[in-house]
Amino acid sequence: MSETKDLSLFLDRIPYARFLGVGVDRRGNEITTVLRYKEDLIGNPVLPALHGGAIGAFLEMTAMAQLAFETGIDAPPKPINITIDYLRSGKPQDTFARAAITKQGRRVATVHVEAWQEDKSRPIAAAHGHFLLKQPDEAEA
Amino acid sequence: MSDQTNISPEQIRMMKDVLIEHVPHARALGMKVEDAARGEAWLSVPYNEDLVGDIETGVLHGGVITAMLDNACGIAVQLSLPERIAIATLDLRIDYMKPATPKLDLNAHTHCYKVTKNIAFVRGAAYHEDEEDPIATCVGNFMLAANRAMPMPISEELRQQADQVLGGGKAE
Repeated sequence: MSETKDLSLFLDRIPYARFLGVGVDRRGNEITTVLRYKEDLIGNPVLPALHGGAIGAFLEMTAMAQLAFETGIDAPPKPINITIDYLRSGKPQDTFARAAITKQGRRVATVHVEAWQEDKSRPIAAAHGHFLLKQPDEAEA
Repeated sequence: MSDQTNISPEQIRMMKDVLIEHVPHARALGMKVEDAARGEAWLSVPYNEDLVGDIETGVLHGGVITAMLDNACGIAVQLSLPERIAIATLDLRIDYMKPATPKLDLNAHTHCYKVTKNIAFVRGAAYHEDEEDPIATCVGNFMLAANRAMPMPISEELRQQADQVLGGGKAE
């Protein structure tokens, strides 16, 4: 569980990460993901606010990046479930997220993720999810 | 469609515009409202290689399903309310039953099954052809009158048509 991955390879496999505009910033053994603001991410143009689905997808991708980073497994882990709490509306600006693996078993990992904008202590959304870790030669859930 | 309120196909066609036209992210995903009833929505997202989660499998990313179900749940809530008010997602849980099949379009059906003074309760599923064979199911809670924002900027003509379908109501 120690080897750290080259995350650009992980992201290169995910066209949807490009579609959303997700990047990964690695500092030592920590990674922070960024969802770069663009108009396509807006869900409510009146407020305006980011689309909850885009935020949820970003949290999910952050959890998966953290798992790839810590486990060194190339193939993206499969989500089993994710629960997203929406805490504040997302402003039309860059959003950041960090994930922590709460528990990693042999097959399943539990991950917690938080996303914020200007102030990390005022998260806009949080999620926890379970992911199936791909074993070599193992298929469906 | 299980419903007490009859919504004409013409009104439903109009609702698709009202509910989706102003949501840039829904447009970016190619999301469409296929059908609507009181408290229920049917949406689609066409297969698109830009939305894939792993180029080696061609399977759509789970986040696409999250975005679609989130939007579909919100629409079901709007369609269950007597007037248009701002709503906000409190939480959304998605259970992934199986990966989406590459090249196939996604569909979602959501149902707002309970509305209280403050909260609306919704559940739904994403699937290809058969709702009984879901790719994912979801359950979510929405807060009603979450903020003072105007619900959505729509033309006066659409607003009047929406009032017919949704039973009228003031925008603010």
